[in-house]
Amino acid sequence: MNIASFAPLAVVLPILGAAVAFLLFRHARAQRAVSIAVLSLTLLLECFLLASVWDGGTAAVNIGGWLPPWGITMVVDQFSSLMLVVSSAVSLAVLVYATGQGMADGDRDAPVSIFHPTFLILVAGVSNAFLSGDLFNLYVGFEILLTASYVLMTLGGTGPRIRAGVTYVVVSVVSSVLFLVSIAMVYGATGTVNMADLAIKLADLDEGTQTLLHVMLLVAFGIKAAVFPLSFWLPDSYPTAPAPVTAVFAGLLTKVGVYAMVRTETLLFPGDSLNTPLMVAALLTMVVGILGALAQSDIKRLLSFTLVSHIGYMVFGLAMSSVAGLGAAVFYVAHHITIQTSLFLVTGLIERRGGSSSVDRLAGLAKLSPVLALLFFVPAMNLAGIPPFSGFLGKVGLIQAGIELGTPLAYALVIGGVLTSLLTLLAVARVWNRAFWRKPTDAEHPDPVLLAKQGESDAGGREGRNNVTLLPRTMVGSTLGLVVLGVALTVFAGPLFRVSDQAAEEMLDRSSYIQAVLGEDTEVPPLALKAGGGQ
Amino acid sequence: MSVNLTLLIVMGALYACGIYLILERSLTRVLLGLMLLANATNLLILATGGYAGLAPFYSKDTGANEYADPLPQALILTSIVISFAVTAFMLGIIYRTWVLARQDEIQDDIEDLRVAETPRFDAEDDAEIPAETSEFPLTMLGGDGTGISDHADHAESEESVPAGAKNIPAKDAAAEEQPGSQNVTPGPEGGVK
Repeated sequence: MNIASFAPLAVVLPILGAAVAFLLFRHARAQRAVSIAVLSLTLLLECFLLASVWDGGTAAVNIGGWLPPWGITMVVDQFSSLMLVVSSAVSLAVLVYATGQGMADGDRDAPVSIFHPTFLILVAGVSNAFLSGDLFNLYVGFEILLTASYVLMTLGGTGPRIRAGVTYVVVSVVSSVLFLVSIAMVYGATGTVNMADLAIKLADLDEGTQTLLHVMLLVAFGIKAAVFPLSFWLPDSYPTAPAPVTAVFAGLLTKVGVYAMVRTETLLFPGDSLNTPLMVAALLTMVVGILGALAQSDIKRLLSFTLVSHIGYMVFGLAMSSVAGLGAAVFYVAHHITIQTSLFLVTGLIERRGGSSSVDRLAGLAKLSPVLALLFFVPAMNLAGIPPFSGFLGKVGLIQAGIELGTPLAYALVIGGVLTSLLTLLAVARVWNRAFWRKPTDAEHPDPVLLAKQGESDAGGREGRNNVTLLPRTMVGSTLGLVVLGVALTVFAGPLFRVSDQAAEEMLDRSSYIQAVLGEDTEVPPLALKAGGGQ
Repeated sequence: MSVNLTLLIVMGALYACGIYLILERSLTRVLLGLMLLANATNLLILATGGYAGLAPFYSKDTGANEYADPLPQALILTSIVISFAVTAFMLGIIYRTWVLARQDEIQDDIEDLRVAETPRFDAEDDAEIPAETSEFPLTMLGGDGTGISDHADHAESEESVPAGAKNIPAKDAAAEEQPGSQNVTPGPEGGVK
């Protein structure tokens, strides 16, 4: 009995947990305990999964004993298990943070009992998308996580959230329809939706059909991943949601889109047929995204724009289809999930302490709350790519791979990447200067909470809400945990880079994946291109 | 290969109407458009199954070639369930929009409007004489501080209200109490922060 046979539990556990949590809607404390316990168990299981494929190899589980290509297959390889571990660790931190926020605000009066079950369903959907070895099951995973995210996005049903929710829901549904249309076309062309089977059969189609299917899949995933021309919806919809929700969306949802793009590019359509358009899209995503960030004064919106911009780095790594580039992209995804989530969590804390998330209304936080300053500074520098943090290492990996490739477009992307990194530094430095360094009295429209005296502020300076704690220990603790995880990615960058390079090598080689699903004696069709540059 | 032409024409019409409707500003029409798109896609999946045939597992004697392909129908069932859930949710959102804003239309993004209306001139960055923010102000210009302001046009509002230790113009104070303001968002588990 292999540990990989337990892989479906990564989906089943959160769903069961959601059911139990939903039944416990009258008992807020029990609900919290159940969700945190379930998510910790899932994380533990996923750590075992990662350990089982740490040295390479791929394992496939056939649900219900139906053999591929007819049944539903779940595939555990290095990339998917790495994504699972990082995403569950991040969601656990966010759940603890949200629990802390709920307890600090005394939500026993008005409990929104659906938060915990919905959050667990979201985690189940993300795990399902990462594990799926089947195009239609991937679609189902997307729908599970999207439906949960619609609910979380409009939680509380206030005006701005409903307005943002409409955009988000309509765009997501349209991208899902596109995905479903491409699945229908893929099925019509090949008669299968199993990804390993498709990897073999798609190669036999004529070139025009291949390009059509390829482009349709990439557009559908590009909307979800927020790649430049399709990224307009993200900065509009993310910032209005509650801080923990925005944090988990920013960390996970776009990365699921990136994950699907990686699978499409490496497994289904290997080769470099669409690399040039992808590289151009990556360049535009980076530059346009970060220019948008510079125009913002609200920290949440600013971070949403940097999120879009940094998706460009991952697409850049993917578009090089070399081991070095793809490996750096895998590393960058793991880094970016952690860092972006912790920054949004810190912004939630800033909003509590300073009363606002707009840099026009914030000031002097460094003196008011040095812990908060530290919590913001470390991930912000990490995001901007200041050495020695993991953001720097990931970008160096990408730039090295770009120079190794050596085409003019690759050089343009290298320059664009460096420029984006500098502009990110400018954007976060502006937040730092205005929100943390200047004096409170210099703020344009200071918030009353910000100006409350130190003594009374800990008891809560806001009128009528004297029981509100400004910085509850649970929230600070979970944010600190994520920031430490981000630093740990820097410390253990060596082993992590080794795993991501191996994962990239296996994904580009494809034989491990296909043979794990379809049996050892399956013949893997030769690749159109040589197996990557940086061996 | 015989394909059901009626189905294909219906599918095309559904797609056309659906795309037309989701470009509207009215939310109800957008929802109808999404439903048409989902159903058109269901027909597309059905068309990919190929020939019509007998029901699978109908009787033991049926040859393998006489079956209809069951997989597309399974896919359609799943997709119907999903679009049912999304439609129900959208209806909820539309009702909520109606309750809150008394209109069935997509509203403009407040933050986008704010960025669009931001003047090019920024007192702190662009003024010839930089706005004075140090502890020793009012020593350079005549001593009475005239001509030094954070606002380039001297549009100081007459009325001002106290906010903490500082007075802010009344028009800004009013903006802070609006429902769209960043200050009055409820926490993730309900209640108000």
